[in-house]
Amino acid sequence: MIKLTVNGQAHQLDLDPNTPLLWVIRDHVGLTGTKYGCGMAQCGACTLYLNGAPVRSCSTPLAAAAGGRITTIEGLDNAAGKAVRKAWAELDVVQCGFCQSGQIMSAAALLTQNPSPTDADIEVAMAGNICRCATYARIRTAIKQAAAGLA
Amino acid sequence: MKNDRIENLSRRGFLKQGLTLGAGLTLGLHLPVAAKGLQAGPGIAGGDERAAGTFEPNAFVRIGTDDSVTVIVKHLEMGQGTYTGLPTLVAEELDARWDQIRAEGAPADARRYNNLFWGQTQGTGGSTAIANSWEQLRQAGAVAREMLVEAAARRWQVEASRIQVRAGVLSHPGGKRATFGELAEAAAALPVPEEVLLKDPTEFRLIGNPNLRRKDSAGKLDGSALFTQDVKLPGMLTAVVAHAPRFGAKLKSFDKSPAQAIPGVKQVVQIPTGVAVLAEDFWSAKLGRDALAPSVRWDETEAFKLGSDEILTRYRALAAQPGTPARKAGDPEQASAAADKMIEAEFVVPFLAHAAMEPLNCVIAPAGEGVRVLNGEQFQTADQAAVAGVLGLKPEQVNIDMLFAGGSFGRRANPKSDYVVEAAEIFKAAGGKLPVKLQWTREDDTRGGWYRPLYLHRLRAGLDQQGDPLFWEHRIVGQSIISGTAFEQALIADGVDHTSVEGASNLPYRIPNLRVDLHSPKLGIPVLWWRSVGSTHTAFAVECMIDALAVAAGRDPVDYRLGLLAGQPRQQGVLKLAAAKAGWGENPGPGRGRGVAVHKSSNSYVAQVVDVTVRGDAFSVDRVVIAVDCGIAVNPEVIKAQMEGGMGFGLSAALGDALTLKEGYVEQSNFHDYQVLRSNRMPQVEVHIMPSTERPTGVGEPATPVIAPALANALAAATGRRLYRLPLKLA
Repeated sequence: MIKLTVNGQAHQLDLDPNTPLLWVIRDHVGLTGTKYGCGMAQCGACTLYLNGAPVRSCSTPLAAAAGGRITTIEGLDNAAGKAVRKAWAELDVVQCGFCQSGQIMSAAALLTQNPSPTDADIEVAMAGNICRCATYARIRTAIKQAAAGLA
Repeated sequence: MKNDRIENLSRRGFLKQGLTLGAGLTLGLHLPVAAKGLQAGPGIAGGDERAAGTFEPNAFVRIGTDDSVTVIVKHLEMGQGTYTGLPTLVAEELDARWDQIRAEGAPADARRYNNLFWGQTQGTGGSTAIANSWEQLRQAGAVAREMLVEAAARRWQVEASRIQVRAGVLSHPGGKRATFGELAEAAAALPVPEEVLLKDPTEFRLIGNPNLRRKDSAGKLDGSALFTQDVKLPGMLTAVVAHAPRFGAKLKSFDKSPAQAIPGVKQVVQIPTGVAVLAEDFWSAKLGRDALAPSVRWDETEAFKLGSDEILTRYRALAAQPGTPARKAGDPEQASAAADKMIEAEFVVPFLAHAAMEPLNCVIAPAGEGVRVLNGEQFQTADQAAVAGVLGLKPEQVNIDMLFAGGSFGRRANPKSDYVVEAAEIFKAAGGKLPVKLQWTREDDTRGGWYRPLYLHRLRAGLDQQGDPLFWEHRIVGQSIISGTAFEQALIADGVDHTSVEGASNLPYRIPNLRVDLHSPKLGIPVLWWRSVGSTHTAFAVECMIDALAVAAGRDPVDYRLGLLAGQPRQQGVLKLAAAKAGWGENPGPGRGRGVAVHKSSNSYVAQVVDVTVRGDAFSVDRVVIAVDCGIAVNPEVIKAQMEGGMGFGLSAALGDALTLKEGYVEQSNFHDYQVLRSNRMPQVEVHIMPSTERPTGVGEPATPVIAPALANALAAATGRRLYRLPLKLA
């Protein structure tokens, strides 16, 4: 049995400890906002927080999260998360939306650490999140707008 | 406008008898609560009970006593904004409040929800959603509005002509007021008017309004939006497939036992495209597939074994021979003798995967006598028939719940229904009793075929002494997308696949002697349309070539084009607009270059001006200024987003995407080697929309093909070197 706390709820999971955290969350915990896009930490669609830090859950084994605190897009409710969602909605960032859970998790993590990021900071923080609809320009603007909202 | 399509469904009880999606309730139980309220949702609400008094005047509008207005959207939302665009048309004529509108995906029913440009076929593609629905959905809104007005007139005993409707409220000068919800039940009992008047465009309040936010945002911001990947049904098995390593290989033998040894694996079944491993969850199925794969033996006698380089060599030999004529004017051969300057060029573009963020998937579940397909569904009518064929059902026994698609770019609309058929084959082989979700891995998705074909273009043109083009010869070599599909009759004429030459055979430039011809070699690589289809390669060849002619003539590339576009005011219009907004003519500075391209596709016109900075063999794309003429701008913000994103999708292919073959094996597999655009290379983008009173035309695709030539032209301006291959590399 491996214990996890997901969005504040305790879970006990009887699974192979090598199972990627992504599939634990999606298929066993039952939260599907975190997406599978590549399975090798290349696209960022599976980004969630493990003990407060963003990780690519597709490449994080369950064992590495044992006893840990996980926040998924469904549970993101801190100030940065709220500011990011508000800016995303106001600027109509989403298109197909499949990558956006990951984009939002990365953006909110950036703003939590660094409330007034420069363009270079944004570039570094977001380069691991692919969006095939290429909403990148709006994401950049939205992060700045969210930062202004947090200030 | 004559009303010949709309009937009162609520009055005729259609919903009770027609919507047999009772199983929708099952899925409804698995829906996150947030997916239910006033926001766009996928087409699962068909299983919900209608509240008493609901007003459903036609197949597109449902008004509840709670004052909600649901617009049934017949097209797939895959990011292009159709769950916002189509409701705008209804809401405009209905005079609804934007915040009372919600969007819902339509069920599969080609009689009601066909694409009006495609005959009796339901499907999404070619950037036609707004264009084909322009009258239909405004009429649907106008009919509902008139019935609400009539209901109010009867209730208040006043003349209907004195009733005003504004932002979801009906009012009479005498002081009476009522909301849509208060009148819904009464309106539902009325006959449908035979004719309704549509608004004059000067009366539009929502069409053209930049302040309407997207209807699909909320669920995409909190993780509750439902994609095919997220479907979970009781008893459902997830299938991962061992596919052939080369196209055309046939399954010889396999050993089930390594897969069966994986905990969670339930079944291992043979299907025409390989071996499927079904498990209780994805990861077990994937481990099972990976364990099985080494045991699978393939007969590769008929497999495709060439590499991209060999294909190119063959194409080059073909390009030396005349092809099937696609367009001819004057006498290019004779004219070539009189030319003062000759320019020749060969352009090459690689195979491309669509690489949508959501790897392909499809769910099939038993439902009564038939089945229920849950999918980000782009080609309902073709897929219904294909699934019915596999399962021995009638097409109408295949119900489809239209979910959101995590991108598609054409991939989910396959005339051969490849991945949908694969799901049906697995469902059948597994016994047909349990719901099955087919889930491709990213590697399956990259290596699974149905690519934008590799194309080679050879161009030859001559200038007269003034530098004007005397003749233009354009030879195109590449696989036909349409050949062998149900679209042959519509899209292949006189041996020419229209989608292979579009953007080239309709060359807009005035050139007296012209020849465009085509070779459509057959290869064992499955190919498919990819966002903007033929224009993805023709625009690159044509717009780079015309730029080369301008430079050879010593003329300004914008002026040169404008001169050759006499009589093409919309092409000229976007070109002038983009040039003016970009500051064309100013010196961009040392190490920098500015390039331009203009192209018509999906009946819309797009010009782009690109600024680049070159440092040695590296370059950065600094800014792209886009001008678009898509007729009446229904949703300016959606149009801007599609211009930005469509350009970004094309930029991805201009900078990095390339799918190559070696001995028949696809060399790339995932995003580490199939390198798509990331945020650090996304330029600053400006979009300018041309004011217009023309009918609306497409916006999902037309920005995509323009960026590669504009960028190549900018690099040529900066370095003096012209690039002829995509992706563009200076080194």
